Amino acid sequence: MQNSILIIILITSLATYLSRFLGVVSSEKIKDTSKMFRWFNCLAYSTLAALIARMIIFPSGALSEIDYIIRFVVVILSISLFYLSKKNLVYPTIFSAIMLSFLSSYL
Amino acid sequence: MIDSKYFIKGFVSIKGVGSPAIALGASFIAIGALLKNLGFSIQESIFSTFLTYALPGSLVMAESMFIGASLINIFVAVWLVNARLYPMTVALMPLLMHEDQPKWKYYLSCHFIAVSSWLIMKEKYKKIERENRLDFWIGIGTATWSVAIVSTVIGYIASDFLNKDILIGLAIINPVYFICMMLGAMETAQISCSIILGTILGPTFYFISPEWCILYGGFVAGTIAYFYGEKNAK
Repeated sequence: MQNSILIIILITSLATYLSRFLGVVSSEKIKDTSKMFRWFNCLAYSTLAALIARMIIFPSGALSEIDYIIRFVVVILSISLFYLSKKNLVYPTIFSAIMLSFLSSYL
Repeated sequence: MIDSKYFIKGFVSIKGVGSPAIALGASFIAIGALLKNLGFSIQESIFSTFLTYALPGSLVMAESMFIGASLINIFVAVWLVNARLYPMTVALMPLLMHEDQPKWKYYLSCHFIAVSSWLIMKEKYKKIERENRLDFWIGIGTATWSVAIVSTVIGYIASDFLNKDILIGLAIINPVYFICMMLGAMETAQISCSIILGTILGPTFYFISPEWCILYGGFVAGTIAYFYGEKNAK
């Protein structure tokens, strides 16, 4: 590793803050009743959905060691549990972690 | 300066059954363990979550360091994966704008914009009067941010006890939690359409460009959903 960890942290946080900062600059001119605002609202949700879909379908790190069929099954079961539990957020998340840890150690 | 009543109201709003604290905590525990394995000291790990506070960005940073990428490459890779924060900020801040609030509070509190805090604020802002929304938001942001920092420390300390299977389990919590929260946010046809199209187009664009797929997919999906929603609303 040639670069110092401190500089890498600063570069990472700068690259992250940049989008937030520019977002506030743009927000000063956008009314929350405008069409522009509604468009950005759609973009925010769709970009988020794209990111999450990518995290599951083309994961990096620990998840990539799991077969994609297993990932799909766990995600589908967790979503079913979400609706079965009347949109509780805690049950499906804990269930998914236990289920995947279990499948990863026995398959 | 900050109305403590609304700050506290926001801060405690992350408690409870719908709380993001568990998912957020699990993800940053994994980050803490990852940073330790990369050779970070505990101070550096805390500093990293303190300053960045965006999970995919920290993951990309870790990966880039692992392959020994240059500083410019790290900057571009992190910027690309975190560029979603731009539309997210523009879709949130106008709701918090009020003439009585000083500007610096917006520029400081935008640091708290991350998926979990953003989704909570989008769900709750209607119940708060406009002039108090910014302080309420700073409360939510401070709470989720604190959870992230504390979890990083826990993950760092516990990393010796976290084996591969546990880390894999922790890694799925974040996407599953976000999916459930987004399914809960599908209130209008326009937002539902944005989410469904984004889910399909994001991975589709991966075959064209792995780096740009989130932005391309998100942009195309969001724009189609916008026109679809506007047409249906008339």
